[in-house]
Amino acid sequence: MSIYNRVSENKYKTVAIMVFFTLFVATVAFLLGKSLGYGNGFVGIALIISGVSSFASFYFSDKIVLSLSGAKEADRTRDFDLYTVAENMAIAAGLPKPKVYIIEDSALNAFATGRDPEHAVVCATRGLVQKLNRRELEGVVAHEMSHIGNFDIRLMAVVSVLVGMVALIADWFTRQLWWKGRRDDDRNRISAALFLISLVLAAVSPLIATLIQLAISRRREFLADASGALLTRNPDALASALEKISADKEVLETATNATAHLFIENPFKEKKFSAWYSNLFNTHPPVEERIRILRQM
Amino acid sequence: MFIVPLVIVGLLILFIWFIYNDLVTVKMRVKEAWSQIDVQLNRRSDLIPNLVKTIKSYAKHEKEVFENVTKARSALVSATTPAAKAAAEGQFEKVLKTLFAVAENYPELKASDNYIQLQKELSDTEDKVAFARQFYNQAVMDYNTKLQLFPQTVVANMMSLKPAEFFKAGEKDRQKIEVIFDK
Repeated sequence: MSIYNRVSENKYKTVAIMVFFTLFVATVAFLLGKSLGYGNGFVGIALIISGVSSFASFYFSDKIVLSLSGAKEADRTRDFDLYTVAENMAIAAGLPKPKVYIIEDSALNAFATGRDPEHAVVCATRGLVQKLNRRELEGVVAHEMSHIGNFDIRLMAVVSVLVGMVALIADWFTRQLWWKGRRDDDRNRISAALFLISLVLAAVSPLIATLIQLAISRRREFLADASGALLTRNPDALASALEKISADKEVLETATNATAHLFIENPFKEKKFSAWYSNLFNTHPPVEERIRILRQM
Repeated sequence: MFIVPLVIVGLLILFIWFIYNDLVTVKMRVKEAWSQIDVQLNRRSDLIPNLVKTIKSYAKHEKEVFENVTKARSALVSATTPAAKAAAEGQFEKVLKTLFAVAENYPELKASDNYIQLQKELSDTEDKVAFARQFYNQAVMDYNTKLQLFPQTVVANMMSLKPAEFFKAGEKDRQKIEVIFDK
């Protein structure tokens, strides 16, 4: 499959997942709201609370890097390769040059953030800059620039608003049950079947929402691999960079659950579970599969 | 009864308006991408006087090479169309190669910090030129494709837009390819 096909395939799949996700969230919100006997105001409040908290982290996403311990702005003379490669990838993508940061950590990883291309930040670890050659570094930075160009930071922010909303609604629902149950007249208005469905939904919907969020994150990784390859015209360089990164077992201390999806490869390096479902709980697709697809481009 | 033709005409105008704006946007992108190539080529030619100076301080007697470099550089600066630029660019690369070949004969020069730094800068600028060229050619391809598509082609004809010129690779890596269309 050509690079162009990979790019459009990944875009379509993201849209499909997003449509499904939105429908799912709407259904959960509607059913739970209904069985509590509340109107849509209930859903609206959840959306607002979740939205405000996620928007703040989205809007200041480029500042978050500054709060990461050890991240400091790269210097053109000292970090010549990283700095100029970032300039070059910006030229290839037709985007403004991102701010470049280095984390003084010998683990191999890199990430991008920023709410739009004008506020983009590309950050790499010292270990990555030292162990990769210039072409491999280009592959990694191109992957990160693609996250920026594809507005993945924005997409994941929207997704996390929806996930947060589902969590809030489910939480409220279970709380309300306690004192709602005492009022008999209310209880009669809710049909038993709807009540049962709502109960199950409240229990599993936060988990399902998180799983969908992770599926979107994995899809965007594939997309960034493909559109990064379109920038460098050299998918093999990224493949060999990923091989080096996955061979290195060091864990990056500064990564958190909230930032994990931004990195080029899962920063926690969890032990590989052999169970079929282990992939469902990862922000990143298996690195072997990414390398295989890149080698075929 | 006036309303139906009025709506049709209105929709048509709206349609043409969108296509017009789209074509202008794509055309401006080509122009912008071209200026990016210019920026990078200038950047490279700005590095040359420094490089020549550094090499000169070790290799005083290679006058001919230095003269060729200066000539090729001014030819590159004065070229304007993509074709002329590409030709001057190929020539310039050839001359630069002879310059580096000269430098090879002076071990002290090769070991000097100044020279090493300049070489790093030059090879980075080569990358920048290559990526700027790639981006320009992509923009040209998008633009030229739009000019061929229907219905854009109708509006493009009304605007008398001409297809943009690709920035072709220099002489050295250009291969002769003959395309023959069978009737």
